[in-house]
Amino acid sequence: MKQLFHFSKPYKIIALALFAAASIFSCGKKEEKHDVDYYEKIKVEGQKEAELTAPPFVPKPVGDRPAMHLVVNMEIKEQEGEMVDGTKYIYWTFGGSVPGSFIRTRVGDEIEFHLKNHPDNKLPHNIDLHAVTGQGGGASSSIVAPGHEKVFNFKVLNPGLYVYHCATAPVGMHIANGMYGLILVEPEGGLPPVDKEFYVMQGDFYTKGSYGEQGVQPFDMNKALKEEPDYVVFNGKVGAIAGDNALTAKVGETVRIYMGNGGPNLLSSFHVIGEIFDKVHIEGGDAINTNVQTTLIPAGGSAIVEFKVDVPGTFILVDHSIFRAFNKGALGMLKVTGEENKKIYSGTTQEGIYLPEGGNIQNMPEGKKEAKSTVAKTLPEQIKSGKAIFGTTCFACHQSEGQGVPNAFPPLAKSDYLNADPNRAIQAVIRGLSGEITVNGKKINSVMPSQNLSDDEIADVLTYVYSSWGNNKTVVTPAMVKAQRK
Amino acid sequence: MIPLKKIITFFLLLICVGLFAQEVKMVTISGGTFVPLYGATTKKPVKVAPFSIDVYPVTNAQYLAFVKKYPDYSRSKMKGLYADKSYLTQWESDFNYGKNNLSNAPITNVSWFAAKKYCECQGKRLPSMDEWEYVAMADEKRSDARTKEEFNRYILSWYEKPKTYSNPVGQTFKNYWGVYDMHGLVWEWTSDFNSIFLSGESRKDKDTDKNLFCGSGSVNATDLMNYAAFMRYAFRGSLKANYTTKNLGFRCAKD
Repeated sequence: MKQLFHFSKPYKIIALALFAAASIFSCGKKEEKHDVDYYEKIKVEGQKEAELTAPPFVPKPVGDRPAMHLVVNMEIKEQEGEMVDGTKYIYWTFGGSVPGSFIRTRVGDEIEFHLKNHPDNKLPHNIDLHAVTGQGGGASSSIVAPGHEKVFNFKVLNPGLYVYHCATAPVGMHIANGMYGLILVEPEGGLPPVDKEFYVMQGDFYTKGSYGEQGVQPFDMNKALKEEPDYVVFNGKVGAIAGDNALTAKVGETVRIYMGNGGPNLLSSFHVIGEIFDKVHIEGGDAINTNVQTTLIPAGGSAIVEFKVDVPGTFILVDHSIFRAFNKGALGMLKVTGEENKKIYSGTTQEGIYLPEGGNIQNMPEGKKEAKSTVAKTLPEQIKSGKAIFGTTCFACHQSEGQGVPNAFPPLAKSDYLNADPNRAIQAVIRGLSGEITVNGKKINSVMPSQNLSDDEIADVLTYVYSSWGNNKTVVTPAMVKAQRK
Repeated sequence: MIPLKKIITFFLLLICVGLFAQEVKMVTISGGTFVPLYGATTKKPVKVAPFSIDVYPVTNAQYLAFVKKYPDYSRSKMKGLYADKSYLTQWESDFNYGKNNLSNAPITNVSWFAAKKYCECQGKRLPSMDEWEYVAMADEKRSDARTKEEFNRYILSWYEKPKTYSNPVGQTFKNYWGVYDMHGLVWEWTSDFNSIFLSGESRKDKDTDKNLFCGSGSVNATDLMNYAAFMRYAFRGSLKANYTTKNLGFRCAKD
């Protein structure tokens, strides 16, 4: 027996060493799978105050820090903000932004949550964090009167990206006014590093006046109940991450978006035009799907999407329930700068006329598309024809009343840019227009493709636009268009 | 000469009485019954006996007179047990409400204890929650306008108006009873503010009163009315007697 014992000892040591080595490797390569019981028993080391950030930014990654005692100081503010140019809204916020401050934790952290209701506020509020295991997600313990503070503690047991929101009655109203945000629980060792991280959250808003109606717009309970929002936006307002506020990255960088949906009602079909998500943490959990075009994000849910940007350009973030994007505000931008890669994306290489009968694609030299009509149209005829063309060609971006879409597509109504120079307008239709322009005092940096219209058609549609919505009634003739083609 | 002196004295007296009367201006509320919107376990009507109530909430100037008379209730002397740290913080000092506060703006940042004491010192009391709600259900023309959509919209719109606490009293509407500012200025303490306990977890509270927020496919006046009322009860439910907040004032009542 004794001998046997001696014999077995080295094996034991080797086995232990092998096991240790295996664990080290597994830490470096693949996350060891632990369950909630394991994380519950993790001891915390040290204490610090959590860094909180307003969107679209996120706090520093947890890296390989141990689980800690983390103090979160979250202040609730009821404050006026701008939904879209000239339209004000009283937002109820966690931390002064919609969505609320981003909270970044590591699994096993023990959170000491201080919820502070600003003295100027009128209403009591509380917080329900989906990352909490416990009654009401913290809501029962956290109802707090204006000018007061509540403290409660919880341990984060499940890694993932979670929504938090106010759960004070009427719950729907508190959420509809912007009381939601994201709390990230990173796994041990943190999520794999990436070059850029952003925080975006979709929300639907219900106002007494319809989209763009000026002044302070009160919340409309009826529209909320019918689930008919006037606004569907990213980060609390139209254009929060578009134009000058666009997200930015460089070619070759890997981008990770922590994407949440506060609701209160709508589901988001989150899509980035011109990109494919290399990785999606489905619903913010462990399961990773790859090569995804559009990911569904439930109200009160989230997703982590990652992609490498390979080519420069402006990539549009949308809710692919697409009327929300172009008519209600669910539109953001990621501007990528850097070297072009013609192999991945060439841009237009050839423009031709497609003739089904002839079966050939012919090149179309500029200026070749002559006016076919021999008899000049009267002004009313031009306007009538122009209106029809506008309805099929221009309306999608410039909108039915020429109002455009703030920060995305310039207005044609009462447009100083348009009225200043008809030839410039003709050029824009013939050749397209991209880069920054200033229209009625607002900078817009967008892209309009060239329109494949005849001289007559361009003359008609521009005449229609100039004769409508308070413009200067310039009459554009086919001859003027022809002159600009040269 | 004598008649002139008499006239002057008479006028002075009138002014004094006028000032005094303004300070204690109250109106009588006829008794009656009503069904409170929230918190009643049964939907039985509650009886309200006739009483008087201040026309306006208590103002900075009035409260200043009170703390001068009762320095124990000044900011620095106030005991922590009876008012939290934000007691009268908006004032410049113990006996000066400062330039940033109007003399005729409602006093806020006062605790329930302080409000109760104030009323007692005037030979009055705080109104009960039922009394307050009874008066507050009146609009300009009706003693009970709770089912009127416009009335409820008005109440709800106040939640979206920032910083109304700095407005002077008497600028909202005069209601059926002749009382101002029941809605649209500040929240108000009632004697039994905490008699209805809401856990604060509204989704749980809902189970205790299924008539609220359940099952309705559209918002009608009744729902708006419930929302408006719920906000008040929820607010009261979040308070403790030593709490003080910037949007919370009070007025007094009398049997």
